[in-house]
Amino acid sequence: MNTRPSGPVSALWQRLRSGDDIAYVITLTSALTILALTALLVFELYKNSAVPRHQFGWSFLVTSTWDPVAGQFGALPFIYGTVVTSTLALFMAIPLGLGAAIFLAELAPSRISNALTFLIELLAAVPSVIFGLLGIFVLVPALIALEPAIRSVLGWTPLFSGPFYGVSMFSAGVVLTVMIIPFIISISREVILAVPAEQRDGALALGATKWETTWDVVIPFARQGIMGSIFLALARSLGETMAVTVVIGNDPAIHASLFAPGYSIAAVIANEFAEATGDLYLGSLIELGLVLFGLTIVINGLARVLVLSTTKKGAS
Amino acid sequence: MLSVRRRAVNAVMLSLTGVCTLLAVGTLLFILGYLFVHGGTSLTMNFFTKLPTPVGELGGGMANALLGSAKLLLLATCIGVPIGFLGGVYLAEFGGSSFSFVVRYTTDLLNGVPSIVIGIFAYTLIVLPQGHFSTLSGGLALGVMMIPIAIRSSEDFLRAVPVSLREGAMALGASKAKTIFTVVIPAAKAGLITGIMLNVARVAGETAPLIFTAFGNRYWSTGWEQPTASLPVMIYTYAISPYADWKQQAWSAGFVLLMLVLTINIFARMILSKRGHAAR
Amino acid sequence: MSPMQTPGPQPASDVTMRSQTLPMQMAEENKPAGEQSKLSTKNLNFHYGAFQALHAISMQVYANRVTAFIGPSGCGKSTFLRTLNRMYETIRTARVDGEILLDTEDIFKLEVSELRRRVGMVFQRPNPFPKSIFDNIAYGPRINGSVSRSGIKDHVEQSLRRAALWDEVKDKLHDSAYGLSGGQQQRLCIARALAVNPEVLLLDEPCSSLDPIATAKIEDLIFQLKDSCTIVIVTHNMQQAARVADYTGFFLMGKLIEFDNTTVIFKNPAKKETEDYITGRFG
Repeated sequence: MNTRPSGPVSALWQRLRSGDDIAYVITLTSALTILALTALLVFELYKNSAVPRHQFGWSFLVTSTWDPVAGQFGALPFIYGTVVTSTLALFMAIPLGLGAAIFLAELAPSRISNALTFLIELLAAVPSVIFGLLGIFVLVPALIALEPAIRSVLGWTPLFSGPFYGVSMFSAGVVLTVMIIPFIISISREVILAVPAEQRDGALALGATKWETTWDVVIPFARQGIMGSIFLALARSLGETMAVTVVIGNDPAIHASLFAPGYSIAAVIANEFAEATGDLYLGSLIELGLVLFGLTIVINGLARVLVLSTTKKGAS
Repeated sequence: MLSVRRRAVNAVMLSLTGVCTLLAVGTLLFILGYLFVHGGTSLTMNFFTKLPTPVGELGGGMANALLGSAKLLLLATCIGVPIGFLGGVYLAEFGGSSFSFVVRYTTDLLNGVPSIVIGIFAYTLIVLPQGHFSTLSGGLALGVMMIPIAIRSSEDFLRAVPVSLREGAMALGASKAKTIFTVVIPAAKAGLITGIMLNVARVAGETAPLIFTAFGNRYWSTGWEQPTASLPVMIYTYAISPYADWKQQAWSAGFVLLMLVLTINIFARMILSKRGHAAR
Repeated sequence: MSPMQTPGPQPASDVTMRSQTLPMQMAEENKPAGEQSKLSTKNLNFHYGAFQALHAISMQVYANRVTAFIGPSGCGKSTFLRTLNRMYETIRTARVDGEILLDTEDIFKLEVSELRRRVGMVFQRPNPFPKSIFDNIAYGPRINGSVSRSGIKDHVEQSLRRAALWDEVKDKLHDSAYGLSGGQQQRLCIARALAVNPEVLLLDEPCSSLDPIATAKIEDLIFQLKDSCTIVIVTHNMQQAARVADYTGFFLMGKLIEFDNTTVIFKNPAKKETEDYITGRFG
């Protein structure tokens, strides 16, 4: 009735029937697809930015003129705007985010902490274009109203001088702050919670107050993870497009004052890509994309290293 | 006695942390409230059923944008989820070598790429050779964005299935593949499905990659080769326009989009936390 | 060097201490001659939520002596230790009632940070801060301002000498504390606790994560420290209690069954439960 097959061919057939090799091949192919896609991405960015790369070389990165009509393209105003707005956002988001993380990890009872963290993490799910809406119609008018107050306190610095029309690098920085805060809060809270109780006990037993314990011992212990969260937030803010585009003022020039309009890499790509004509113009925008790509890769890489190493340290 | 200064610093700093938390939570509540008041209260049926009307004519809607978004997300899911899911299966079940490390690293890399750069990628791959904007290119852009998220969440949920379950199946003679597909994946079902939901919610709000791939359309788009309207792009276009009616519609659309995204998020996270997983 | 050879406690009068089967009440009048009370508790009860972990503990810790608490796991000795410097307050559901006095002051009326400066603690596992060796020791004096900036260096050296660690770390004071061995880290934690000049030092199973050599070093340290400090040590290791302590208290299921000279506890215990534990019938 049953003849047992034998030999190498039937052995192969057995293996195929059990499906292990097929499953392996199919899933492996998917994994390889990801590698291929990423390589293709880099390749396409590189290939399609060939024209400006050959024409401008490295000076593309330090030229501050962006004149599509005259065919002069330089990345500096956008790099400047991106860096300035992201730095400003970090400057505001780090104290606020760390403060909230400390409250949620050290002070709030766990049920309240979990509920509030849930809400804050929802903030990270709000689409960028919604922040754009609120940026134009709520933030800009609010900042215009607040401008005299800000100027009276900070107007003596060159950072807050010059006319203010609502759309500015400062406004973009504020929007970015709101958008990146949930990342800092969520990750910092987790790493702070992971700090062993013995560290806190050690400080309290010496007579330290709760704040002294938190600031002098707990935060330093968690500092790598906190730094990781900051780098992650930075990476997000560098690539943020829609909310920045509507409030930054879209002026491809370098101004010292935060009250002045500016331009970010992502914003100029969003605004001009669809209408760009000619290989040089389009290529320059694509080269800007390549620059942005490089920036975020580096920052994300650093973030990963920092966050990974803390979660291991806390457990040991 | 503890010095006054130390006590004061303690009280002040700890209170400030509470203020920071209130600001953060308050911002979310403000956003929800504001969108509800400005968008939710003026939402009409026209929004869901009518096409956009020429400037000046009231009564227009965003029916084409809603359909366009649905098509884009469908295409994106069909591209992103299978590749991402199977890649996650590979990492969870066959992984462990340095090749897996490379795959994971690359996934994280892709995850960190700004969405607008993904848009450029889809543009160079499809729009440039074809010479026109299309739903296809927009769907590809969103699909590529979905892949790394899908890999990560699939791998996490598959790994969370206890080894004892796998061993039980294999002890009964099931092959590795059979174990994976008949035991492990069903066990991870809740996590995998909510993972997909969160993934879709995340790309549903993406605007930047669509601006120069799917582009936009004032009418219905048919098939996959035409440019199409989408909800986020429409919000953006209307918001920066000078017309009051359009700006009002942008608020309504924003409200709809926000409700969609938040509802999916809340629902998914609740399912996950009930089962003891942390949402990613 | 056994407790018997140091000038120390007189054998307590046994009349009042034998016979009771109820948890002990030790009145002021029963204090052995020449001893001064440093810490005392009266009717101390402790609850974790609904669970009562300590029942009506009344006892005294004598100044400049080493007092050990022994007992099986879960008997409440560590819990009791943590009431003495109010460290239990970090746990939300913990509740204490009863009286605890430091000298003659009610510890609940003291500012808790000040109490903890005067009653220091060293924990079961070494817990150095993520700072240099120097900064670990300097932390306490720096935050409470007790030592001037110019005096910090000498103060750190002095604390390290008191903890018998100076010679081993004097060339690497600014290296991370995590570079030290387990035993060295624990002596670092002792030095850190000593740096704020506590009157009492509470040691919660300080040697349980250490090897025998490191343990011996710390036991030697305890002898040297009791001249300047009152020491209370919780230990799982009965031999350790017999080696280092002048007085020993035996805890069982949240009650203080017996408290006496160490020699009496180990050679001639009054209670059957004590005797059963000492001879290894349980625990």
